[in-house]
Amino acid sequence: MTTARMPSGTTPHTAAAPTKQLVPRHSALVRVTHWINVFCFSLLLMSGAQIFNAHPRLYWGQYGADNDHAWLSVDSLQGSAGWRGVVHVGSLTIESTGLLGASKEDGALQPRGFPAWLTIPSYQDLAIGRRWHFFFAWLFVINGAVYLIGGLVRRHFRRDLLPTKAELAPAHLVHEVVTHAQLNFPKGEAARRYNVLQKLSYMGVAFVLLPLMVLTGLTMSPGLDSAFHILLDVFGGRPSARSIHFICASLLVAFVVVHVVMVLVSGVWNNLRSMITGKYEIEIDGDAK
Amino acid sequence: MNPNVKFTTGAMTPFQARRRWLTAFAAGAGAVAMAGCDKAVNNERIDATLRSAEKLTFASQRLILDHQPLAKEYGERDLSPVFRSNGSAMPAGKEYAQLLQGKFVDYRLKVDGLVQRPLALALPELKAMKTRSQITRHDCVEGWSAIGKWQGVPLSQVLDLAGLKPGARYVIFHCADNLGETADDSGLYYESIDLLDAYHPQTILAYGMNGKDLPVANGAPLRLRVERQLGYKQAKYINRIEVTDAYAHLNGGKGGFWEDRGYEWYAGI
Repeated sequence: MTTARMPSGTTPHTAAAPTKQLVPRHSALVRVTHWINVFCFSLLLMSGAQIFNAHPRLYWGQYGADNDHAWLSVDSLQGSAGWRGVVHVGSLTIESTGLLGASKEDGALQPRGFPAWLTIPSYQDLAIGRRWHFFFAWLFVINGAVYLIGGLVRRHFRRDLLPTKAELAPAHLVHEVVTHAQLNFPKGEAARRYNVLQKLSYMGVAFVLLPLMVLTGLTMSPGLDSAFHILLDVFGGRPSARSIHFICASLLVAFVVVHVVMVLVSGVWNNLRSMITGKYEIEIDGDAK
Repeated sequence: MNPNVKFTTGAMTPFQARRRWLTAFAAGAGAVAMAGCDKAVNNERIDATLRSAEKLTFASQRLILDHQPLAKEYGERDLSPVFRSNGSAMPAGKEYAQLLQGKFVDYRLKVDGLVQRPLALALPELKAMKTRSQITRHDCVEGWSAIGKWQGVPLSQVLDLAGLKPGARYVIFHCADNLGETADDSGLYYESIDLLDAYHPQTILAYGMNGKDLPVANGAPLRLRVERQLGYKQAKYINRIEVTDAYAHLNGGKGGFWEDRGYEWYAGI
């Protein structure tokens, strides 16, 4: 806190007092595409969970159905006491009743992969889930294309996202991880820019995970597979592509959790304002002026 | 909330009270969001808007698939050890039972509608026509895939033999299985594809699977393989092929059993 510099009883010299200043943080392009992306991602995740529930098993290779080995499966087992949910990952078996495999719908445990509160619609309907998924996939792709083209043309990526060599030095990275873990965030001039962990994670999301979601999604289309056999070669088959689609979606959820926590702990209103109006408040030390 | 827990505010710590309040709030918010989503799902205007994406998907895929690229063909070692059967595994009804009992000797594939020469083809006649064999992947709309080897006659051969009349746009496949389990014929399985897919080299009427006669569970005696679309387009137990200029007059009007139940007519994705 800034008050630490000003022991009670002393009158601070006005020139040394930190002043708050609103600085431009996010361009309109980033702000608009960010919120459309939030909207699309939420609906894609929930309709995707609905689609997953139609066959809650994941395979690796060129084929995969009930009689083949699934590396992940969400099973619904009926016992004498009602439905039980069990998740199998490799050789691991995890009891998951209440969340995965069996969860409450209209007050009673029902057999279903993801719970009703996580799927669109809440009840089992693959056709509707697909309709929502593909509509918002189109919107997501168009929005993503606007972001990528705009970011290239306006040099947003080069200026704001590309880490410098100094930032990528191991010592600096370790330092950033430690200060983040201590919830000690950059202040003043340093807060004007993304730190290297932000840069790396945003680049990972924008240039790796989200494009992988699109490509693996397209690999599940028999029509596109016939036009682009390379999709099947790159991802090792449609069932593999479906698995990668699921893994990338899970990583994106993990990113969103960390992202939202960081937004909350590093000044929620300031962060929200900057992503809505574009203006971010930084403290400028009097001495630094 | 658990009804067995007696709600005694006095015994709760502020933390417990806050947690209980937060839990109730989260559950409430979740229920509102869920009800909101379901309300949006059931809103006709929203639904019509979402359905418009299907046209975009169809148009863009047709742009890419116009030159009729072939679906990937696999090798013998890629075959699924067990090819899952889906939908009907054994059509009910006396007619099919009799055909099956007679080893489909009395089976005739009827070809009619907008054709110059309506046909009634027996299995040996179909087998005497040009043959195509292909090892392809079957993709179910649910998300699973199976690889099988199919042997059959290209649909284009049958259509050319019958000769299309002007105005022909769709090929309808009428099937023997009543997947809707209705008392009348309204639950009979049917499917439709347009002429671009009908004339695709890999679109075949398959009578053989994995080197043997097509098993009953997989659609004996004759099923469709339209390799660039999902499983529900691959009609089984076909007994009649009708060439039409539209499909709106059939059953639910959406062009297929599953299409009438909400699924897309174009199943290339």
